[in-house]
Amino acid sequence: MTRLARSMLTLAAGVTAGLAYAGYAAAADKELLIGDQCDRTGATQIVGTVLCPAMQDYYKLVNSKGGIDGWMIKGDEIDNGYKVPEAIEAYERQKQMGALMMTLYGTPQTVALNARLEQDKIPTTSPGFGISAAADGNRFPYLFPIAATYWSQGAGAVQFAKDQLGGALKGKKIAYVYYDNPAGKEPMPILEALQKQEGFELRTFAVPPPGVELGAQIIDITQRYHPDFIIAHLFGRSPSVLIKGLKGAGFPLKKVVGLVWASAEADILAAGGWATAEGYNTLQFAGAGDNYPVRGEIKAMYKKDGKDPPKEMDDTVVYNRGLLQAAVQVEALTNALKLSGGQKPTTEQVKQGMEQIHDFTLGGLVPPLHITATDHEGGGFVKVFGVHGGKFVQETDWIHPFRDVVLNAVKTAE
Amino acid sequence: MFHRESGVFKTSYASDMALYPLPVARWAVVVLAVVFIVVVPLTWSGYFVSIVNLCLIAIVGALGLNILVGYTGQISIGAGAFMSVGAYTAANLVTHLSVPFYIALPAGGLMAALIGTIVGIPSLRIKGIYLAIATLAAQLIIEWTINHVQWISGGVQASIPVPRPSIFGIKLVSERQIYCFLMFFVVLALVATLNLVRSRIGRAFIAIRDQDIAAEIIGINIFKYKLYAFAISSFFAGVTGVLESYYLGIANYEQFQIDVSIDYLAMVIIGGLGSVLGSVFGAIFVTLLPIVSRWFLEGFGGVLFPNADLLNVIPNLRLVIFGGLIIFFLVVEPEGLNRLWRNIRNYFRVWPFSY
Repeated sequence: MTRLARSMLTLAAGVTAGLAYAGYAAAADKELLIGDQCDRTGATQIVGTVLCPAMQDYYKLVNSKGGIDGWMIKGDEIDNGYKVPEAIEAYERQKQMGALMMTLYGTPQTVALNARLEQDKIPTTSPGFGISAAADGNRFPYLFPIAATYWSQGAGAVQFAKDQLGGALKGKKIAYVYYDNPAGKEPMPILEALQKQEGFELRTFAVPPPGVELGAQIIDITQRYHPDFIIAHLFGRSPSVLIKGLKGAGFPLKKVVGLVWASAEADILAAGGWATAEGYNTLQFAGAGDNYPVRGEIKAMYKKDGKDPPKEMDDTVVYNRGLLQAAVQVEALTNALKLSGGQKPTTEQVKQGMEQIHDFTLGGLVPPLHITATDHEGGGFVKVFGVHGGKFVQETDWIHPFRDVVLNAVKTAE
Repeated sequence: MFHRESGVFKTSYASDMALYPLPVARWAVVVLAVVFIVVVPLTWSGYFVSIVNLCLIAIVGALGLNILVGYTGQISIGAGAFMSVGAYTAANLVTHLSVPFYIALPAGGLMAALIGTIVGIPSLRIKGIYLAIATLAAQLIIEWTINHVQWISGGVQASIPVPRPSIFGIKLVSERQIYCFLMFFVVLALVATLNLVRSRIGRAFIAIRDQDIAAEIIGINIFKYKLYAFAISSFFAGVTGVLESYYLGIANYEQFQIDVSIDYLAMVIIGGLGSVLGSVFGAIFVTLLPIVSRWFLEGFGGVLFPNADLLNVIPNLRLVIFGGLIIFFLVVEPEGLNRLWRNIRNYFRVWPFSY
């Protein structure tokens, strides 16, 4: 019985402590709260473990420089483990804490929370995933993809294939290898529209999750279909399996482009290293590589504290995306503070601040974003980087091709 | 102490068959009802009410699964799939025919019950772990179907927006309003299950679970009752799916994947197989534990770990604590939280004596 009583006591103590913690929601003076959801555990932790520290590093950098006009930024981060109920709980908690804006993580979570965003009027970013139609600011007033949606990514990939295949796609064969879930299928309407417009042949190859065994698809693609170009839209472990498999089958990797979640350093390393992946092309919505002033500033910030830069900085793709996300948030808050005249802005002002982001490039890391009240995607820019000699080398400039096709899809989306 | 049967005399069949024969139990139910119908919605903040809402949805699902797994002894790893069947049925009805919730909700449940019955057919021939694999197959087939059949899923994104329910022209939008909406169905589900398990059907379920051959010999049509169990359980699951999509404002099958089925199975096992109260305990435990352990870590984690690592430590340690506590409670009482509760109750029944 005593054992039982003790365990009950432990539980009660835990609950009390929790309630006590949740009770203290008093925000400090001159503090702007951003609510971030993250996936440091769960299905896509390969992204979350780098992306979220990057966002925190950026907030730290801004605060170390005195914040925004003296306003400090607090990024409250909650791990949702890629689960929907936990995302709801995290959202409700950050709402109660008074978050001025949020960043979600995960397509199902974004889909599930969208109705609440509109109800509570909290501007929220969903970079690089989620609902492509959310680029339409009229229909999704509080959701900001801020980076190229899957539709823009699909268009960018087709343009890159076109350039690589000599400027015309007529009669060429393109294979689209995708993760068989809603996110994987999302670019399809664009690819199909472009197929008609450009006159290429398109065949799709579904990869059932988790996609760690692609032998059949690779044989199907390389031995039977013989495509001129491959567009890969895979997640998690599967991009590396595809790279390795195509390499093994002797398919030239320079005729392959991976959409944004198949494009990180971790994928290259898991595929067997830079030498194996030589030539593989990656689509990015934030600049890859180390040559951006902001990365130098963060390193300097750590150095000033007598610390080495965090190991997450070795990653230049996902880490830079985290910087982009945080930088766009901070830029929106800066604009909002101008609107509010130095007072603490309202969420509505933050939304307007977001819609004023214009020519904000962060030294080339961010594309020439132009977010407006109607275009929450900010132009839908992507850049292709190829794997060459152990690093990502820029292949194109910031492009947003076939914009009319993408915008038409946004407009006619149900 | 309080919970004592002595002095309670039953003078009619009705009082003998009452759900709560003891006055103290009746009072406890009244107090709980007051707390949950008056105190919680009026005094708790939106955040806490939203957590309660998540628990309420889980309770309905856990009750349904317990009817199948706990009472009838048919293991199922397909609960999530039946929820998605309910969710998409209701979502399609609401968006295409704009039916009100009091039609969409039972319709979602009935469709899930129909599919559940079909999935239950193999249960006549296969039992135990083999049946579990069959239901796992059902989970995957249903997931695949929704993902690929666009007239069900409403497009490549497989998500259908569901407008919030409205009663008498009032649209239920805030957490508190949704709370009252959900609470109504939870109470309904609780009363229905409590009465089901002490009816002829419920006793047949228990007979099948305990010894199916014996059950057949005493005249229970095993096939029929197994299918009943699947149908009723899937009905509950379907209703859970509809409630969840009303709560979220969207039906999306990625919210009902295999991990959700396993979560619900965990609720039923941790709470206590074959008990209504156990389903409630299990649902609350599995829903709250990750949240409470995070509060705990955020409160005390700073003492143990450097602040820089904290953000990385919290989510990972939370998983460890979650798993650890589940093992702990199962070791302390393999029959689940309900048994633990009964032990406490029995202890106080004869308190201050030990027996």
